[in-house]
Amino acid sequence: MYLNQFLLLSAALFAIGVYGVLARRNGVLVLMSIELILNAVNINLVAFAAFGNQLAGEVFALFVIAVAAAEVGVGLAMVLLLYRNRKSIDLTQIDMMRG
Amino acid sequence: MSTSALFAATGGFDPLTGGEVMVAQNIAFAIMAVTMLVSAVRMVTTRNVVHAALYLVIVLAGAAGTFILLGAEFVGVTQVLVYIGAIIVLFLFGIMLTKGSFGDDDDVDGERRSMAAMVGALVLAVMAAALVDTFRDAELSRAQPSLTADVGDLIFSQYIVPFEAISVLLLAALIGAIVVARGD
Repeated sequence: MYLNQFLLLSAALFAIGVYGVLARRNGVLVLMSIELILNAVNINLVAFAAFGNQLAGEVFALFVIAVAAAEVGVGLAMVLLLYRNRKSIDLTQIDMMRG
Repeated sequence: MSTSALFAATGGFDPLTGGEVMVAQNIAFAIMAVTMLVSAVRMVTTRNVVHAALYLVIVLAGAAGTFILLGAEFVGVTQVLVYIGAIIVLFLFGIMLTKGSFGDDDDVDGERRSMAAMVGALVLAVMAAALVDTFRDAELSRAQPSLTADVGDLIFSQYIVPFEAISVLLLAALIGAIVVARGD
């Protein structure tokens, strides 16, 4: 197996995730797209771990999974708070800090 | 000609590069890659939020399969446990608590979709060009799957400080999420 087939899959998933973050305006869907991006990063880390025949990449993939879990927890709490205060999770309407 | 016959005919070696051909792995990779890409595209284009979460499950399961294909069994199992088991449930709860209905939703997409598609395509083009140029036909060298015991040894020796930092981060995120989401 070539290294590049995994890296290109990861790059494609990353690009799709970037599109999702930019194109969506529903807060939950933006968080999901961020998960997609983090997963692309994980595939990259594990592919390089297999390529270099060492384990540091796998360890950091596990760390990324843990950080992603923390991020989703806090992110969804913020979306819930937003929904409770504004009755909407449309991110284009979140402009109360605009000068 | 079946794939195993083809494999035997070439003597198990790719005549072009001399490396060992792994037919079964390549077929598994192709199936998972296509499934993941189609599901990911559907995830960012569907108008139904619940369907988006379910498409995300397919992508995450494909990623777990990819990890196992790469010989990282522990990461693959952790992916299934943490992502599919916990994070997706969290997402579904988030959707339930912020939406009245479960049908299609017309206002999930912003107005600048073509701009976003352009940025995504540009990111993909630049990364693909750089990757193809850098790792032309580098082959994966791992002969057998990595041992979970070795991963554990590495976490608890060389990477003990980041591990403890992650532990504190998870605790902080837990408390932070409770404080933010609590009503009063």
